[in-house]
Amino acid sequence: MAKKTKSLNLNFGPQHPAAHGVLRLILELDGEVVEKADPHIGLLHRGTEKLIEQKTYTQALPYFDRLDYVAPMNQEHAFALAAEKLLKIEVPIRAKYIRVIFCEIGRILSHILNVTTQALDVGALTPSLWGFEERETLMTFYERASGSRLHANYFRTGGVHQDIPLKLIEDIEKFCRSFPNIIDDLEGLLTENRIFKQRNVEIGIVTKQEALDHSFSGVMLRGSGVPWDLRRSQPYEIYKDLDFKIPVGKNGDCYDRYLCRIEEMRESVKIILQCIDKLPKGPVKSIDGKISPPNRDDLKESMEALIHHFKLFTEGYRVPKGDVYTAVEAPKGEFGVYLISDGSNKPYRCKIRAPGFSHLQAMDYLIRGHMLADVPAVLGSLDIVFGEVDR
Amino acid sequence: MLNQITKLEKLINSELSSKVLKSFIKNNELMIEIDDNDLVEVIQFLKANEHCKFKQLIDIAGVDYPDEEKRFKLIYLFLSHEHNHRIKLSIQLEARQVINSITKIFPSANWMEREVFDMYGIKFKNHPDLRRILTDYGFKGHPLRKDFPLTGFNEVRYSEKEKKVIYEPVKLEQNYRNFDFESPWEGTNYVKEVKKLNTDGKKN
Repeated sequence: MAKKTKSLNLNFGPQHPAAHGVLRLILELDGEVVEKADPHIGLLHRGTEKLIEQKTYTQALPYFDRLDYVAPMNQEHAFALAAEKLLKIEVPIRAKYIRVIFCEIGRILSHILNVTTQALDVGALTPSLWGFEERETLMTFYERASGSRLHANYFRTGGVHQDIPLKLIEDIEKFCRSFPNIIDDLEGLLTENRIFKQRNVEIGIVTKQEALDHSFSGVMLRGSGVPWDLRRSQPYEIYKDLDFKIPVGKNGDCYDRYLCRIEEMRESVKIILQCIDKLPKGPVKSIDGKISPPNRDDLKESMEALIHHFKLFTEGYRVPKGDVYTAVEAPKGEFGVYLISDGSNKPYRCKIRAPGFSHLQAMDYLIRGHMLADVPAVLGSLDIVFGEVDR
Repeated sequence: MLNQITKLEKLINSELSSKVLKSFIKNNELMIEIDDNDLVEVIQFLKANEHCKFKQLIDIAGVDYPDEEKRFKLIYLFLSHEHNHRIKLSIQLEARQVINSITKIFPSANWMEREVFDMYGIKFKNHPDLRRILTDYGFKGHPLRKDFPLTGFNEVRYSEKEKKVIYEPVKLEQNYRNFDFESPWEGTNYVKEVKKLNTDGKKN
């Protein structure tokens, strides 16, 4: 007679280094095989959506830095676009270019973090040390444009907060020239690495159909062979005029997703270089005085500017009644903002669509039948950041 | 782009004429309002129809309008990769109404519906696992309802005395101040009345 066996319940996290934040994953194990995974999220829930309802549109923007905190400006972008769509205002062309430059910097920031920490989870220490040095450089770019390394609060409805210095553009260009070599170095450590491949190839396979059913987006979708990128299919800002490729995977496993991310970094570098090349001169925020604040200089002389300044920083601007959904291709996937305005100076409702939320949801189905040791590998390749999952 | 959406609107209106309560295009986005009983059928149609093929559920957003008779609104956002379309589907619900779950059609609706349940207290029929998702274990209330205070009801701290984390009613050193800055942007309306007072009374 066979012995009666009982499955083992294991708490993975919330303080596990491979949980990439505060994930509590309750695993049901049969030996070392995972039978069921129940992710408990919300440990980083800060009520962002509730807070935004109490703030003016300008005050709501910084909350977006705190969602996916490894690529802050991409989130700000979605909100700025939503407000602009409701207000029906044009963004000056220079601001569009600056926005794209910083969004792509954000993409590189996020992908470096993901690729290297995932490598760390499966046993490679060096990539994270090399990668973080580059992230530090990129964050100084953030700092030189916005004043802070992480929580930039740089984008505004109608443009960006201020113009970037010439020297910064030169330095970004210099970085873009040297960074492909760093990617080569990282690839040299990982791409053909036997251990890395053993841990990632054919792990966490997602088929096309499953990727659609589970609302996957971004690399999770492209890794499974669906050529879908919002920058290409529903272009916003100036992505239409830029020349870049969209890497698509074949097998939909962790390894393909890793390769997609590496290639996307190379494409991002190309995009930034094109933007720097074409960067036009002109204003960096909307010239509509009812929406973007006046210059410091004008404030000293023009009464109207003073009034505008006062009104904008107390009441803020009012946004016409209506609802819009805008989405951007954030590094992790489709990041969307569904904004409802009741015509006042505060959003009536701001629903944030975080890509990581649907990705993590599929954890149970992805990990079933895998070994316990594959949990960090799959989790790493999902590219989860709890700031955005928990909101 | 706009052309495609108008075509889509026409198609949906003709195919589902009895089910669509209202449809309109605003800001280049198509919104369809339907009755809550038709939800499952309409979504199945949107997913399967040759010209729709909305195969991805992007999000479910709840909205609370406490002054209206049907208090809650649910907005389903869909995306079609084949046709590069988006669509918004909205239904209105009364406060205690139970709505059909769409987890059978879109597995990803599972957590989204859990989130709506957590934030608004809207219950879903036939949902496999309707638990709270974002708030704390044992949390009471539904935070995104408009009558839920921003500062909440309970706060958490570590008690040195009891050597554990304890819950207490929120105590604020200063009340939460909600400034109402809204005033007419163009100018004030009450100027006339003030003038009248001045002419009536003596100048001071």
